[in-house]
Amino acid sequence: MLDLLTTGLHGWGPQLLSGTAMTIAVALSSFLLGLAFGAAAGAAKLSDSLVLRGLAELYTTAVRGVPELLVIYLLFFGGSGMIMAVAGIFGYGGLIELNAFSIGVAAVGLISGAYSTEVIRGAVKSVPYGQIEAARACGMGRWRILRRVLVPQTLRFALPGLGNVWQLTLKDTALISVTALAEIMRVAHTAAGSTRQSFLFYSVAALLYLALTTVSTTAFQQAERYASRGVRRA
Amino acid sequence: MNWTLMWDSLPRLLAALPLTLQLVAMALAFGAVLAFATALLRLSGNRVAVALTSAYTFIFRGTPLLVQIFLIYYGLSQIDLIRDSVLWPVLSQPMWCAILALALNTGAYTSEILRGAIETVPQGQVEAARACGMSRVRLFRRIVLPMAIRQMLPAYGNEVILMVKASSLASTITMMEITGVARRMIAQTFAVFEIFIVAGILYLLINFVATRLIKHAEWRMTPYLRARA
Repeated sequence: MLDLLTTGLHGWGPQLLSGTAMTIAVALSSFLLGLAFGAAAGAAKLSDSLVLRGLAELYTTAVRGVPELLVIYLLFFGGSGMIMAVAGIFGYGGLIELNAFSIGVAAVGLISGAYSTEVIRGAVKSVPYGQIEAARACGMGRWRILRRVLVPQTLRFALPGLGNVWQLTLKDTALISVTALAEIMRVAHTAAGSTRQSFLFYSVAALLYLALTTVSTTAFQQAERYASRGVRRA
Repeated sequence: MNWTLMWDSLPRLLAALPLTLQLVAMALAFGAVLAFATALLRLSGNRVAVALTSAYTFIFRGTPLLVQIFLIYYGLSQIDLIRDSVLWPVLSQPMWCAILALALNTGAYTSEILRGAIETVPQGQVEAARACGMSRVRLFRRIVLPMAIRQMLPAYGNEVILMVKASSLASTITMMEITGVARRMIAQTFAVFEIFIVAGILYLLINFVATRLIKHAEWRMTPYLRARA
């Protein structure tokens, strides 16, 4: 098996493996960043402030309605400029350059976050209000209610939706190959170019993605089963 | 923010709009046919047909669209069998490769939406139609399909938006649709934000119109849900 990887595939096996690791790293980081964005924007959407609600609405509508590739180009070509402008406000005038990894994670995280927002908002709303009243009647404080009542149940309700977001995020990472980050797609593209075996290498890339999505589907199914172990089945 | 530059970029981006719309329309049209055939085969109960269609949806839903586009555009062209076949005049053009990839992709997703919708048609309706003496084909055409299409419309609306966004990937295989033109203009002018905003608004407008159209279709198909005047 290992022999096939090193000698087969015209010697591109190891690169493809490290590309897979890179894809997983980017997908995981962007998914977590997206969860943070999603939690923040979800909270903003559920808040009483009109401004916060409007901003969150703008974020989700714009990011979900504009092609992912365009968002990636925005951060790829404009990301450093944005950071430098912010740094300029704080009096730093030097040159800041972002590496492809952080640009990719920021872009895919931004996209992933817009989808997570809706999932998280829906999940929070499906926690029955009576439970929060009951917790309050027991004398729990705001934070304790959040930690003991709201978050655990929200997580359970959000799991199926977050599973879908994860699949989207994983597939969106293929797009950051345009920033020359050496993930699966980029390695396949380079290998295809240098060996003139496009069909072979893109098929291998497809199989790698298929393996990743299949494994994560099973993982999310397990997680869902674990999260709903205390719930009676109808 | 450079307003004149934004204003000047508009005509060039607008000129790319027809290509984007064409890609989306063709992909959706071919995708719908493909989805219809796939869903019917999947529900046919024939073991070979079920296995084949399951494999099709599994592969196209489990891999990124970019891989599918590259596999069709770069990959197929190096197989001699295809180069020598009658399909070559079609498959040698990036336009048709993009449409093929987009159609295969949306066909896989839409077939699952359609299959789910067909499965939600209440058994009682089918039984009633059968009791009226309808043949299988007529039953499907008059009862099952109209109800399923009504049921699937909201989910299909999401799929249409996904296709509008997915058409941007055609720019990776040399198609100069909105994203392709935007990318080129960003590289020429370095006005990243201005061009991103104009191109983004164009996409948002397309999606807005698409959502309205789907909503209208939904309204047209559900007269019984409307309050009587």
